[in-house]
Amino acid sequence: MEKRSKKTEDAYTSSGEDLLSVERRKAFRQGIRDGVPIGLGYFAVSFSLGIIARNAGLSAFQGAIASLLCIASAGEYAGFTLIGASAALAEVALMTLIINLRYMLMSLALTQRTDPKMPFFHRLLFGGAVTDELFAINIARPGYLDPVYFYGAILISVPLWSVGTALGIVAGDILPARVVSALSVALYGMFIAIIVPQARKSKVIAGLILICFAASWGAEKLAFLQNISSGTKTIILTIVIASAAALLFPVDTKKAYGTPDESPNPDACTDGKEVRDV
Amino acid sequence: MYSKWTYILVMFAVTYLVRVLPLTIFRKPINSRFMQSFLYYVPYVTLALMTFPAIINATQSPIAGALALLAGIAAAWLGAGLLPVAAICCVVVFAAEFIV
Repeated sequence: MEKRSKKTEDAYTSSGEDLLSVERRKAFRQGIRDGVPIGLGYFAVSFSLGIIARNAGLSAFQGAIASLLCIASAGEYAGFTLIGASAALAEVALMTLIINLRYMLMSLALTQRTDPKMPFFHRLLFGGAVTDELFAINIARPGYLDPVYFYGAILISVPLWSVGTALGIVAGDILPARVVSALSVALYGMFIAIIVPQARKSKVIAGLILICFAASWGAEKLAFLQNISSGTKTIILTIVIASAAALLFPVDTKKAYGTPDESPNPDACTDGKEVRDV
Repeated sequence: MYSKWTYILVMFAVTYLVRVLPLTIFRKPINSRFMQSFLYYVPYVTLALMTFPAIINATQSPIAGALALLAGIAAAWLGAGLLPVAAICCVVVFAAEFIV
């Protein structure tokens, strides 16, 4: 790790032509290579997201731009659902904030691994693409985070996410209803794939998931809650249930996202190995 | 009624700030045990809330959606990754809606 940090340091202290050095190009190529499987996963899931965007009345172009800018499956899903319900902008903003809070944790973890000498604009650029998977492959590399590697992975995976969304919107019109119905659960399948492995490791998470299923079902059925939009219900339930869990079952700091020099604990939400949600 | 672009802009602005502010301005680690725990639980809680009962409302037949939920949970429990779980859910719905 020390050796690598030294190299990175040299890259920033010497002149700009180092950015085109063999070392830089190698990191870029590695980023592209590691981004390919991520991009393929994104493509499949974003197709399903496109079907939801289409139901909300978005054009293929709008869907592509939304995915290119947001790069967030659950966040975009919630946003599209709210657009379909003509929700208030404040509700969209709050919902997007709550659902994407986990990216804040990831960015904070990346901060611990970012070279203080790295030019500031890199933070503004790669920061916009902190997704579960791109975070995972970057945190899995030793030493300081390499923005060039990050850009390589972004360049191959994010366009596939965007194109997949647009194709989902277009194909929703062409494919038979039965096929659309089947494809529309891919996104939920992905949510399940994120939460269940954690439920297997932690009884607290497993219990929480069951409580959430029941609460969410109850909130939909209870007559006196009919006037509250589903987005607001999700926001309120998330805050109430997550707060209660945090009070009753506090989590160890280091478990949550590892110390700067070690890769994240597999028990924590920043799982370093598996390909997960965007 | 707002334009679709206004919604997209709001979604982008919030998502971008959530990711970039910790990297640029709030670089200090969060010290409150409660906040750390809260942030740790939020993704699981919110994803669970959005999965059920939405999955049974998404399909033409609610039974197909329920079967997909059970199959997805079983597959993920047994260690299947993101793509296989998503694919299994789709196949279960497709098969179930032929029968139901």
